[in-house]
Amino acid sequence: MTKVLIADDEPNIVVSLEFMMKREGYEVVVARDGTAALAAIRGERPDLVLLDAMMPGMTGFDVCAAVRADAELRGTTILMLTAKGRETDVARGVGVGADAYVTKPFSTRDLVRQVREMLG
Amino acid sequence: MIAAPVVLAVSGGYLALLFAIAAFADRRAAEGRSVIASPWVYALSLGAYCTAWTYFGSVGRAASGGIWFLPIYLGPTLAMILAWLVVRKMIRVAREYRITSIADFIASRYGKSPGLAALVTLITVVGIVPYIALQLKAVSSGYRLLTGGADEVGLAWWQDGALFVALALAAFTVVFGTRHLDTAERHEGMVAAIATESVVKLVAFLAVGAFVTWGLFSGVGDIWTRAAAVPDLAHLLRLGGADGATAFGYADWFALTLVAALSVLLLPRQFQLLVVECVDERHLRRAAWLFPAYLFAINLFVLPLAIGGRLLLGPDSDAETFVLSLPMSQGVTALTLFAYVGGLSAATGMLIVETVAVSTMVCNDLVMPALLRLPGFGARAGGDLTRLLLGIRRVAILGVLLLGYLYFQIAGDAYALVSIGLISFAAVAQFAPALLGGIYWRGGTRAGAVGGLVGGFAVWIWTLMLPSVAKSGWIDAGFLTRGPFGIAALAPESLFGLTGLDPLTHALFWSLSLNLCLYVGLSLLREPSGREASQALLFVDVFERGGAEAPVFWRGRARLDDLRRLANRLLGEARAQAVFDEHAREAGTGSAARGLADARLVDRVERQLAGAIGSASARVMVASVAQEERLGVEDVIEILDEASQVRAYARALEEASAELRAANEALKSLDQMKDDFMSSVTHELRTPLTSIRALSELMLDTPEMDDDQRAEFLGIIVAESERLGRLVNQVLDMAKIESGMAEWHSEALDLRALILAAVKSTSELFRSRGATVEMALPDAATFVRADPDRLTQVMVNLLSNAAKFVPDGAGRVEVSLREEPGALVVAVRDNGPGVPEADQAGIFEKFRQGGDALTRPAGTGLGLPISRRIVEHLGGEMWLESESGGGACFAFRLPLQPGGEVDDEGADR
Repeated sequence: MTKVLIADDEPNIVVSLEFMMKREGYEVVVARDGTAALAAIRGERPDLVLLDAMMPGMTGFDVCAAVRADAELRGTTILMLTAKGRETDVARGVGVGADAYVTKPFSTRDLVRQVREMLG
Repeated sequence: MIAAPVVLAVSGGYLALLFAIAAFADRRAAEGRSVIASPWVYALSLGAYCTAWTYFGSVGRAASGGIWFLPIYLGPTLAMILAWLVVRKMIRVAREYRITSIADFIASRYGKSPGLAALVTLITVVGIVPYIALQLKAVSSGYRLLTGGADEVGLAWWQDGALFVALALAAFTVVFGTRHLDTAERHEGMVAAIATESVVKLVAFLAVGAFVTWGLFSGVGDIWTRAAAVPDLAHLLRLGGADGATAFGYADWFALTLVAALSVLLLPRQFQLLVVECVDERHLRRAAWLFPAYLFAINLFVLPLAIGGRLLLGPDSDAETFVLSLPMSQGVTALTLFAYVGGLSAATGMLIVETVAVSTMVCNDLVMPALLRLPGFGARAGGDLTRLLLGIRRVAILGVLLLGYLYFQIAGDAYALVSIGLISFAAVAQFAPALLGGIYWRGGTRAGAVGGLVGGFAVWIWTLMLPSVAKSGWIDAGFLTRGPFGIAALAPESLFGLTGLDPLTHALFWSLSLNLCLYVGLSLLREPSGREASQALLFVDVFERGGAEAPVFWRGRARLDDLRRLANRLLGEARAQAVFDEHAREAGTGSAARGLADARLVDRVERQLAGAIGSASARVMVASVAQEERLGVEDVIEILDEASQVRAYARALEEASAELRAANEALKSLDQMKDDFMSSVTHELRTPLTSIRALSELMLDTPEMDDDQRAEFLGIIVAESERLGRLVNQVLDMAKIESGMAEWHSEALDLRALILAAVKSTSELFRSRGATVEMALPDAATFVRADPDRLTQVMVNLLSNAAKFVPDGAGRVEVSLREEPGALVVAVRDNGPGVPEADQAGIFEKFRQGGDALTRPAGTGLGLPISRRIVEHLGGEMWLESESGGGACFAFRLPLQPGGEVDDEGADR
């Protein structure tokens, strides 16, 4: 079963993401901050991570960079989500090695399609 | 007696050692790890001042005149005191304008005059070649003394050791003195060898001195006591005239000191080592006392040796060779050989450097100008001249040394040779007015310099050179006493009846006086030309005008191609390319766009050429490829004004750009702040929007969703919508306050009543959390002047914050109002978790909400920042008192309005 990790500190956004992923038939793991997200990636080895860029403590950028620097975790597929729409943020996300970058608010259909493509 | 092969082997071995040291130093220099970049090496290399004439001659002088050998070393010591002022300036000038010899220095100062360069060179050759001969003679007679070959009559030239020494030194000088074409480059190998030689001769001399003083006598006291008993020697220990018999000659002492002080700066070898080879002008600081210390050390044993020699070897012995004959008489072969090597080092050190210096002058200032006039060598002809130039310099080296050898062979033991040391000093002293005047007085002109030099040199010939020739028996000496054509007033050693002085003092007095008078007089007679004036400025103000901002006194048109061809021919292609590249780097390439060289490039090329062929020749060459404007003094002043204007502009521009930079920084940080704020607002707006949109879409796309799920989603959507609305209001509120657009209604209000109302309006919040509110308020109305709506906003914000953070069911909030002198303080204390220390500093910043998103109560992150703005607007301040874990206390202070107006008004209510 495909495993998806949702890492976001906004509970209501987690609710919507969780609903979407479960509807698609994925197994869902949730992390509420960056540190927990990294631990979950290490422990659960998800096939895809929906990673919020702005989280307290360790940001999504930090998590992404740490994953890419780790030989074992390097292959993890990461889709970054951000409510910051500045181009520098997008560049930063791509710079640390995110596979895709989606700005909030997102279209649920587009997001689901993109997740499917990335897992397929 | 020592076998000739031994002496030859030792000499050869010593010269081989010099080659090795020089080769090592050159290799290290090529690797960029210079061995001579040290003040010690610099100071030691200056020891080349002490030649064979010192090594052997000082003892000779002391043996006949007592302490009269001393001024020769006192002069340099005094000169070095002024080194930081004078020599540093000479070094800076030479470095800036790539000056390589004293002739070049003087010629360059007075408008880069080829005639003046040639004149200085001629004076140098006439004055110095006999001095070179003297060194060869010292080597030769030392050799003869050691091997016992006293009678060399009939000795064929190829059997003469002095010739081989001369040839070996020529080889050394060719190898290490003409490494590069550019003589402004340093000769590291040569300098390293010279510094070594200084050590060798010092140690050798001290060894012999110690041997004689403590080996042959029992200390200096012993020598003194025994000398006092001998009538012929007793006078050596007293201050007397130079001949030992008459009263102390103050004038002679002064003259000797002066001439020595000048020659330590002006002798070609001294100029070479002190100025041209100087690695770093800061080395001068230490050399200023190290070099005098060296002179002091090498003179320590002069008197003991002189008197000891007289005591042991008798009054008729040759005092000039005491350094060798004293150890030899005792049969100490090793020390004798060492003493000989010391003498050899003294002679060769002088020969090497003097030859490099003089041959550079001869090459650049006599041969080159003549050569460049030939049609085949003109500036517009083709072909690389660098090899030819090096060839000429090498031939010049050989020529100078052979000239010295020839002079030695012809003059032999003649008086002309023996006395040449001081006569040479007097010759180069003639350069003093032109050189020293040139770096301190802008008014000096070419005419003055030429006049002074010609006059001084003529007097030198008449009063010193000719008498020495006459005393050698080569011409009739009658004119010495009677004067020429019986005119007694013109007698060489008593001009205009000036008698009672030593011939040197006499000659120095007249020659320098005439020199100085002509220099100053002729300079004042006529205004300097444009070129003289510009060079004067560059020399005199070298510290102010040197460097990259130096004004360029050149106007005209020069084609880039011509200039490059010229540089290629005289510098070699690689070097020329480097010069042009460097210019392009510094000036940008735009200037060369139309195939014309700008003035700064022309100046740069000319300076580089000056390093290779001398300033005067470089000037002629550059002039020949360019169409130049003749600069008048007005033009010079104009260029100078432009330069200082450019400097002023540059300064103003710099200041302006600094201001601009500061303003830009301020704007940028404002921009950054705004950007950060916008980014945060965007983030805060998008977050609830994301939930609202996503959940709505999901409900729309999932008709089969069960009702509970749908209700949960709708609940979230409502809550997030409220959050969004709050946020929009607060952002707008914040923006209004920050931009100053908010409306304020100031009136006297009862703060106590306002607090009560606020608590009442939030009571539902507390009740729902099960919290109690305690109040510590004054009994009576407390008036303050403020905006009641805004103040209520602050109170409600603080109270609702407290309500959010208190523990469920056990919350306790305390609201207090107290009076301070001139102010009212309101505090809202809760028993929540408090604010962690790390968050306290930023608690009033926008969008800094305490706690993490999951557990913290809903908020916008703008409530506290807005409250603080409001309090600050009312002239008060807001702060947080919190111990983590011990609850938070937000408090603010409002100033009471001055005067009784508020109270009166309040009392009316």
